[in-house]
Amino acid sequence: MRASLVRCFTTVVVAASLTLPAIAATQLTGAGSSFDYPFFSKAFYIYSAKNPDVTVNYQSIGSGGGIQQFTAKNVDFGATDVPMNAAELARAGQPVLQIPVALGGAAVAYNVPGVSATIRLTRQVLVDIYLGKVLKWNDPQIAKLNHGVNLPDMPIVVVHRSDGSGTSYIFTDFLSRVSAEWKTKVGVGKSVSWPAPSAIGAKGNEGVAGQIRSTPGAIGYVELAYVIENKMPAAILQNRAGKWVGCTPENVAAAAATKPEVSPTNFSITDAAGAGSYPISGYSWVVVYKKPSDATRAKALYDVLSWLVGPQGQSNAKSIDYVPLPVNVQNAASATLRQMQR
Amino acid sequence: MVEPQFRRVARFVSPADRGFAAVVYGGSILFALLILGLFVELVLGSWPSIVAFGPSFIWKSSWDPITSKFGALPMIYGTVVTSFVGIILAAFVGIMAAVFLADFAPRWLATPLSFLIELLAAVPSVVYGLWGLFVLSPFVRTVIGPALQHVLGWTPLFSGPIYGVGLLTAGIILALMIVPTVTAISRDVIAAIPRDLREASMALGSTRWETATRVVLPAARVGIFGACVLALGRALGETIAVTMVIGNRPEISASLFAPSYTLASVIANEFTEATTSIYISALIELGLILFVVSIVVNALARFMIWSVRGSR
Repeated sequence: MRASLVRCFTTVVVAASLTLPAIAATQLTGAGSSFDYPFFSKAFYIYSAKNPDVTVNYQSIGSGGGIQQFTAKNVDFGATDVPMNAAELARAGQPVLQIPVALGGAAVAYNVPGVSATIRLTRQVLVDIYLGKVLKWNDPQIAKLNHGVNLPDMPIVVVHRSDGSGTSYIFTDFLSRVSAEWKTKVGVGKSVSWPAPSAIGAKGNEGVAGQIRSTPGAIGYVELAYVIENKMPAAILQNRAGKWVGCTPENVAAAAATKPEVSPTNFSITDAAGAGSYPISGYSWVVVYKKPSDATRAKALYDVLSWLVGPQGQSNAKSIDYVPLPVNVQNAASATLRQMQR
Repeated sequence: MVEPQFRRVARFVSPADRGFAAVVYGGSILFALLILGLFVELVLGSWPSIVAFGPSFIWKSSWDPITSKFGALPMIYGTVVTSFVGIILAAFVGIMAAVFLADFAPRWLATPLSFLIELLAAVPSVVYGLWGLFVLSPFVRTVIGPALQHVLGWTPLFSGPIYGVGLLTAGIILALMIVPTVTAISRDVIAAIPRDLREASMALGSTRWETATRVVLPAARVGIFGACVLALGRALGETIAVTMVIGNRPEISASLFAPSYTLASVIANEFTEATTSIYISALIELGLILFVVSIVVNALARFMIWSVRGSR
């Protein structure tokens, strides 16, 4: 009952997509994370070009909706920025495989008038900004990290995602790892109660980016691909190893490579060890049933997904500024996928 | 005495008549059922939240999905305040425009001008939102806000830091979105006021201004009020444009410059990624509250219209 509204709506949407004339022999459907959408669109388009008998229809309705549609068996696979937890798996009613499929990072973008140099921030200062303890750009804590930069006497405006998002999850996960205070006071989630007195919520990556651009003194976290494509200035962060790292695909991949044994219960790669690791990084996941009911569709689904997590599928990520999975994670993902009955 | 006879004569007798009766009765009952069904579904969906939080859901002001502490007060406040800022601005401008279009403007100007104002209603709300985010909110931050603060900064309404996004900006956006409704309906109402009234007023030596403000507007006030209520209804439920300029902070602040949150915005923001059942239920309860607030506002307005009519 509790979710029947959303279920009704999305069922109609998905059902409508299913009843479209089937041009190809097999049409697979998926639903979920909007973060994955650009990557999936490109990758599945290329896959269908090579394998005309299979098309994949992906509905970008958000991770929560994706899990619901998957649990209701309205779609062949779901995609989510945070793996399904125990309660969600129990609701699915049968064994589920969760496969890391894409990597992302959150860049810390800012708008500080008169500063052309790239601003450097330690993990602790970033937490203190988001906790509302560091309130001005010329705070000694920021100034001592940025010698020679003329920081203005300007209040910091903290911008965050107002819509539930995997990017917020990764960012708050990072803050929780760095600060015990954040962990107890705020916590980790796709939507949290932001403590900074100047906190402003904006919808979507484009909303946060727009808010930052139009607000002098603003700071906020934005999805890596979005920052690269829009050439926004982003802070250099100090990682756990004490090295200064920018938010680049290489540094995000380096963080992922430190932990090849990633699993749905132990998946966080924020604040990773390693000299090159960018500290605000995370995976996105695809969920499938271990024993799908329809053998033909299962075979097609397995082929698509094993192509997607393999080197060919992942090479599409790079061309649209997504971060390809490191080779060791690709291998682990393929191994998990092979458990699928087909 | 006459009416029953008329009704007997007008009874539906032929099969075609009966079919027609079924269609019209069915249509109207369908609408009633739809409203009822919506209400029932909202109550059922929000039941876990109603049970868990009780009536305090309405006056608690924390909104923390992590600890599952939910209260709707900041959103109710934000919804009501933005709508009222919107309707006050829209009513002022809209009624003035309606008077001009109906009584003052020459025909060659009135027709294209009405068309342009009504065109505002056809602009999708996401376009208003984008414009609000990129044009209006910087303008509020750099021009409107400081000017208001300079003059009225001593009142709590216009104190505090100006972020650009917030209650005032959302109110202005809403005003723009609902002004076509106010103007179009008010203009028609004013145009429907009998010519005799105007001529009588002029004959007694009134100026055009006196005729408009003392004769025409009082005569049209019920209809104009109805226009404002319709517009207010739209303002209460407007989602995307408001979400983009309100700042999305679940907090109550006296200042119109402060970021806030509305019922519709929270639902739009958080529904797709809400995973726990109590969280979804709390969001549906926000929908229920919005539903009730809209009905109460409409009912109050109806009541006021009736009482105004009664006094005449």
